[in-house]
Amino acid sequence: MSVNVRIPTQLRTLTGGAGEVAVEGTTVGEALKSLDATYAGFAERIFDEQGALRRFVNVFLADEDVRFLEGLATPVADGQTLSIVPAVAGG
Amino acid sequence: MDFVSGLRCRECGRAYPAEALHVCDYCFGPLEVTYDYEAVAATMTRERVAAGPRSIWRYADLLPVYDPAPVDLGAGFTPLVRADRLAAELGLGELWIKDDTANPTGSFKDRVVSVALTKARQLGFKIAACASTGNLANSVAAHAARAGMDSVVLIPHDLESAKVTMTSVYGGRVFAVEGSYDDVNRLCAELTSEQPTWAFVNVNVRTYYAEGSKTLAFEVGEQLGWQAPDHVVVPIGSGSQLTKVAKGFEELWKVGLLDEEPHVRVSGAQAVGCSPVATAFAEGTDTIRPVRPDTIAKSLAIGNPADGFYALGTIRSSGGACASVTDDEVIEGIKLLARTEGIFAETAGGVTIATLAKLAAEGVVRADERVVALVTGHGLKTVEALSGSVGPTATIAPTLEAFDEALGD
Repeated sequence: MSVNVRIPTQLRTLTGGAGEVAVEGTTVGEALKSLDATYAGFAERIFDEQGALRRFVNVFLADEDVRFLEGLATPVADGQTLSIVPAVAGG
Repeated sequence: MDFVSGLRCRECGRAYPAEALHVCDYCFGPLEVTYDYEAVAATMTRERVAAGPRSIWRYADLLPVYDPAPVDLGAGFTPLVRADRLAAELGLGELWIKDDTANPTGSFKDRVVSVALTKARQLGFKIAACASTGNLANSVAAHAARAGMDSVVLIPHDLESAKVTMTSVYGGRVFAVEGSYDDVNRLCAELTSEQPTWAFVNVNVRTYYAEGSKTLAFEVGEQLGWQAPDHVVVPIGSGSQLTKVAKGFEELWKVGLLDEEPHVRVSGAQAVGCSPVATAFAEGTDTIRPVRPDTIAKSLAIGNPADGFYALGTIRSSGGACASVTDDEVIEGIKLLARTEGIFAETAGGVTIATLAKLAAEGVVRADERVVALVTGHGLKTVEALSGSVGPTATIAPTLEAFDEALGD
């Protein structure tokens, strides 16, 4: 499955400035791990020591917060868009 | 000059310069403004404050930007009203209402926006933007007009009509988004990466913006004769205001403006239909589970509160509590405050008053405490919420007979 991942400003140094990249994976977690495999450094930025998403990182699949889905185990379909967004915003 | 020494990540402690940054590049934790408190203490006196403008800018020494001509519509220095009649109804002793309905656009958001746009202008931004549940939209549109900046405001499509009108009238661009506030917020968080020349006051300028809420505590302290209250009740949307009110009292002490060290219990108020912080408080966890909001208190309808984790920490460490109230209780809260004190609050104020009533009944807010409740927005913004529950006593023909008949007795 090819998944598009939207990258926030804070992490674009890892993608050579690209705001959107394509990776492979059948779940949200797999796609993010494959992102780290291609662009080293993502894992330590978005995952905590236990391998869960950091408290202040939100991930959206097709604009839906994955915490309302199945978290990192949420299946992804070919061509869907994942978005990594800093959680500290709003209010 | 300002007394800012820089920005620091609340999570990992990394230091950053005072630029347009809001989260830590490394761990995504929120950045907090740090000050040279020794220098502030040497400068900021009660006399200096008293000689300042009757606005938030009298506390400029503890704000993250200095400008002799700030972006200003006169936010702040709102009345602190002794509320004896409400206190009697609730079985409380010394109760005060901080009446932030009196701000230029009718809510506390004028405090944070005045600070945010003053800083944004200093940083070179020409366009003011925000994600809003309504009050912030009103304030950003108005302050941008005042400053001669363009504005781009994004709101959920189903806001109260007054809030939409009050935003649109200033001539900026207003986008009604088909989704919840959390959808709008996510969209704006993504937009900051695509529109880096826009100052999203509550996203990329949020670090500075949030500091404006400290002025609520500064004013309460000054208006109580440079004393802190024992207990404050604060509504929770994102949770930012609650943490900053606590920070404000601490800073007053730190720079020597209070006679006694404050021990302010901070309690939070939410609507049952959007109570992620109250739920976490009740369950004894520090994990805030996001919710899909369903409440008439739309200005607090943030299902995924950015500062929920810190608000919860502040509540617990201060010995406060967090409770939630139903929409019916919110309406009763609005009516109770209006009937006893002559203050007409929006739904968020109803949440605060109803929560205060609940915590008083439970003995959490006590009669021997000096209590301050924050009423943060004007009732004219949310009149829809009262439709069907208040109205004329009678509709009559213009005759004495009809009046006598309607008057009864």
